[in-house]
Amino acid sequence: MNELNKIRYNCKQATFLIEKKLLGKITLKESVELRIHLIGCDACKLYAKQSDKINRMMQRMFKTVAGKPVTMDEKFKIELQERITDKLNSD
Amino acid sequence: MDKTKRAETHELLKPQEWVNMYADYLYAYAITRIQNQEQARDLVQETFLSALEGMHRFEGKSSERTWLTAILKNKIIDVYRKRSSGLQMIDVNRAEDEQGDFFSETTGHWNNEHAPQPFGIDHSDPLMSKEFNRILQQCMQKLPALWLSVFSMKHMDDELTDTICAELKISASNFWVIIHRAKVNLRACLQKNWI
Repeated sequence: MNELNKIRYNCKQATFLIEKKLLGKITLKESVELRIHLIGCDACKLYAKQSDKINRMMQRMFKTVAGKPVTMDEKFKIELQERITDKLNSD
Repeated sequence: MDKTKRAETHELLKPQEWVNMYADYLYAYAITRIQNQEQARDLVQETFLSALEGMHRFEGKSSERTWLTAILKNKIIDVYRKRSSGLQMIDVNRAEDEQGDFFSETTGHWNNEHAPQPFGIDHSDPLMSKEFNRILQQCMQKLPALWLSVFSMKHMDDELTDTICAELKISASNFWVIIHRAKVNLRACLQKNWI
């Protein structure tokens, strides 16, 4: 019973397992522990949902450059072009 | 590879076109990963210069853009490494310290003021999503350098955990501590600034 209560109340461990499960693997034992915890813990259930959402948002954010298109400063581009041309000619 | 063959693959590269064709792409790639305009610009420049010197190593197995991106990616990892070097232990200790804030020391249960609340975000609303993204980016900037590096590598490029641990010189168990801490902090920051 004591062991079970430890699982029930330990949100720190539960959120740790949630993260590990999202990005890697958890053991069967850990998976059972997490399931037991989530049955009785709405806060962690919500955490799991939000955490997954945040991951997906981040992946999307990195894949599409968020918001307006990012472009390099034109002046810097001209200088860069010059450096490349110089280097090509010197070789 | 004999000399003529090498010369052929070599000719697939058009360095005179690089700025025109790839500068914006590479710059955008860098800036989403290191969030610093000047540094991103310099990294693109270094990428082109390294590529010029390493043109003979291009084997034509990938596209020119993929090849340049790979060079840039290595430079970005160097930045991560520099930003977080020496801070590993401080970061992880800080992670451990902060646990007391989010979870009760005796039970491990959420402390009331930190327990997750619904975001109430409607993702079909583009303006709302955009604003949420903006806050997410700001919250990421508040994470310690090492955490952000680990996080960025894992989420952006779906890098293998082993690779990240090796590149940033952290143990596998520290990796998970960091991932967990970073997410708990990030989620809390979103909740604080959104609701």
